[in-house]
Amino acid sequence: MHIVVLVKQVPDTAAERTLSEADHTLDRETADLVLDEINERATEEALTLKEAVGAEVTVVSMGPGTAIDAIRKVLAMGADRGLHICDDRLHGADAVTTAKTLAAAVRRLEDVDLVLAGNTTTDGQAGAVPAMVADLLGLPQLTHARELTVDAGRVRAERETENGEATLDAPLPALVSVTEKINEPRYPSFKGIMAAKKKPVETVDLDDLFPGVDDTGFLATRTHVVDAVPRPARAAGIRITDDGSAGRQLVGYLIAQKLV
Amino acid sequence: MPDVLVLVDHDGERVHKSTYELLTVARRLGDPAAVVVGTPGTAARLREPLARHGATTVHAAESTEADEFLATPAVEALELAVREVSPAAVLVSATTDGNEVAGRLAARLDGGLLTDAVDVDSSGVATQVVFGGSYTVRAQVTHGLPVIALRPGSCEPEERPVEAGERELALPPVDRAASARITARRAALAGDRPELTEATVVVSGGRGVAGADGFKVVEQLADALGGAVGASRAAVDAGYYPHQYQVGQTGKSVSPQLYIALGISGAIQHLAGMQTSKTIVAVNKDPEAPILDVADYAVVGDLFAVAPRLIQEVAVRREAG
Ligand SMILES: Cc1cc2nc3c(=O)[nH]c(=O)nc-3n(C[C@H](O)[C@H](O)[C@H](O)COP(=O)(O)OP(=O)(O)OC[C@H]3O[C@@H](n4cnc5c(N)ncnc54)[C@H](O)[C@@H]3O)c2cc1C
Ligand SMILES: Nc1ncnc2c1ncn2[C@@H]1O[C@H](COP(=O)(O)O)[C@@H](O)[C@H]1O
Repeated sequence: MHIVVLVKQVPDTAAERTLSEADHTLDRETADLVLDEINERATEEALTLKEAVGAEVTVVSMGPGTAIDAIRKVLAMGADRGLHICDDRLHGADAVTTAKTLAAAVRRLEDVDLVLAGNTTTDGQAGAVPAMVADLLGLPQLTHARELTVDAGRVRAERETENGEATLDAPLPALVSVTEKINEPRYPSFKGIMAAKKKPVETVDLDDLFPGVDDTGFLATRTHVVDAVPRPARAAGIRITDDGSAGRQLVGYLIAQKLV
Repeated sequence: MPDVLVLVDHDGERVHKSTYELLTVARRLGDPAAVVVGTPGTAARLREPLARHGATTVHAAESTEADEFLATPAVEALELAVREVSPAAVLVSATTDGNEVAGRLAARLDGGLLTDAVDVDSSGVATQVVFGGSYTVRAQVTHGLPVIALRPGSCEPEERPVEAGERELALPPVDRAASARITARRAALAGDRPELTEATVVVSGGRGVAGADGFKVVEQLADALGGAVGASRAAVDAGYYPHQYQVGQTGKSVSPQLYIALGISGAIQHLAGMQTSKTIVAVNKDPEAPILDVADYAVVGDLFAVAPRLIQEVAVRREAG
């Protein structure tokens, strides 16, 4: 079986995230970049399958030069090889371009049975990319899975969203995105980290993925940010210490605010 | 005026409130046209309330397998409708399902996707709140068809009765190699409570609630205020409350009129999902808890003392009228 894991490097959410003044894209200069936590879980799922049924695991990431660190981490966890899509023309790419580029990269790999992704990134494209990649590749989407079984050429997933739960079933090849419920990811071992340095990583650009693309005509984004304003920090409000009357005082406040 | 397509969110019998919000916003951009995807007979049942909220056309995309497959029938229906009416924009609710449908449609049509919008003005400029509420961004689509996912609860739905024409969209048979079949469904356990992302009041519990039993007080307060129940990730991870109620960066984003946090410390990833709430109330026994600094009304105290009193007081006021 050949499994592809799509991973993204994101700013560490524990640190402050800022948008660049120049073009309102993420300021990567000031951000601490890490492999998105959810992608560690997607990787874990791929490695569990690899151990159970035997599989070749390819990790794919689209991002600037630094994204190689995210790829290496996944290789250190146990993936076999990497594909890094790196091209300055992808700066500020929207979800449509991201999905098209990832789909083109997956198409380039041979005999892919399963594409695994995180359900949503922490830096906000609202969890649409995996479904979009599935659509572009003509694969069934089994997204937001908290449980996954692959057996006899079919894949089954338990999908969990705000609408409740659903059991999904589809033939392979398919795309699955996982939620944080699915597993606990392993830590790379020292041996894994050493081995990762020798694993093959291919770097491709847009010319490799879309032969004939020209520099000027490439559409990285179909949207334009008119303006981006940091939201003022919430000012501290009223503060009381409960002496037995907090419930009463609070209801008075809620009534005054017309909230009750 | 051009049509603006609105994907109808429904349970087969009732239209969800978020759809009326979409119709209200759609009117700023053109003539709202509703797209109903469901089993045969669904559109006829939903037509009257849709027309009452301003849908000038109801497109019926009906087939027996429409609710058996994930997302694909809705994407196909919208694609057909787009080809038929060349709309000015397509609006969907920014739910998990809605975001995926919007994305797939934009990917197919090479359209411009704007997700998680909280407002759209008459020139098509959408307001989005990004990075967990730390930035307000205004963005617009410059190439291709605008496909916009609007957060439920972003506007007050208005009634605007019109005569709705009905059109049929012939859904092609679902390609089984390219679609996931839904073989079983278990509805969310919300019961009579409003949907988390649509509620005007949300009461959330954290690790401080100290157990599944402790969540009873969170539920009682939510019920007293007619609100939904939410939970922090620590509470979900500890098994106090089901995952689908998690609020925060990896859970739901909510922006109700009133958000009450009980026994939640206010980690940055939790704030990411709730700090755009209109009014925030927090009860925490640790005076240093960061949630108290973002609260409009902060109570330093034990939630098991404060919340039951609050429930009592609300009941008393309700009775008093
Ligand atoms: C990538 C990532 C994503 C994450 N996503 C989310 C997310 O989506 N949502 C989320 O919530 N978290 C998320 N987290 C976790 C987040 O960092 C915090 O760990 C979590 O929010 C803490 O939950 P808590 O406030 O309930 O628990 P704690 O931080 O343990 O806080 C419990 C609070 O309860 C108070 N307390 C205890 N007893 C009482 C009492 N009787 N009365 C009053 N107060 C009491 C304590 O003083 C304390 O402040 C994420 C973390 C990471 C790394
Ligand atoms: N630039 C990228 N490179 C590789 N995978 C990505 C990229 N962007 C998104 N993904 C995948 O899509 C998932 C959801 O992303 P999103 O839709 O952006 O929230 C991520 O967890 C990744 O698995």
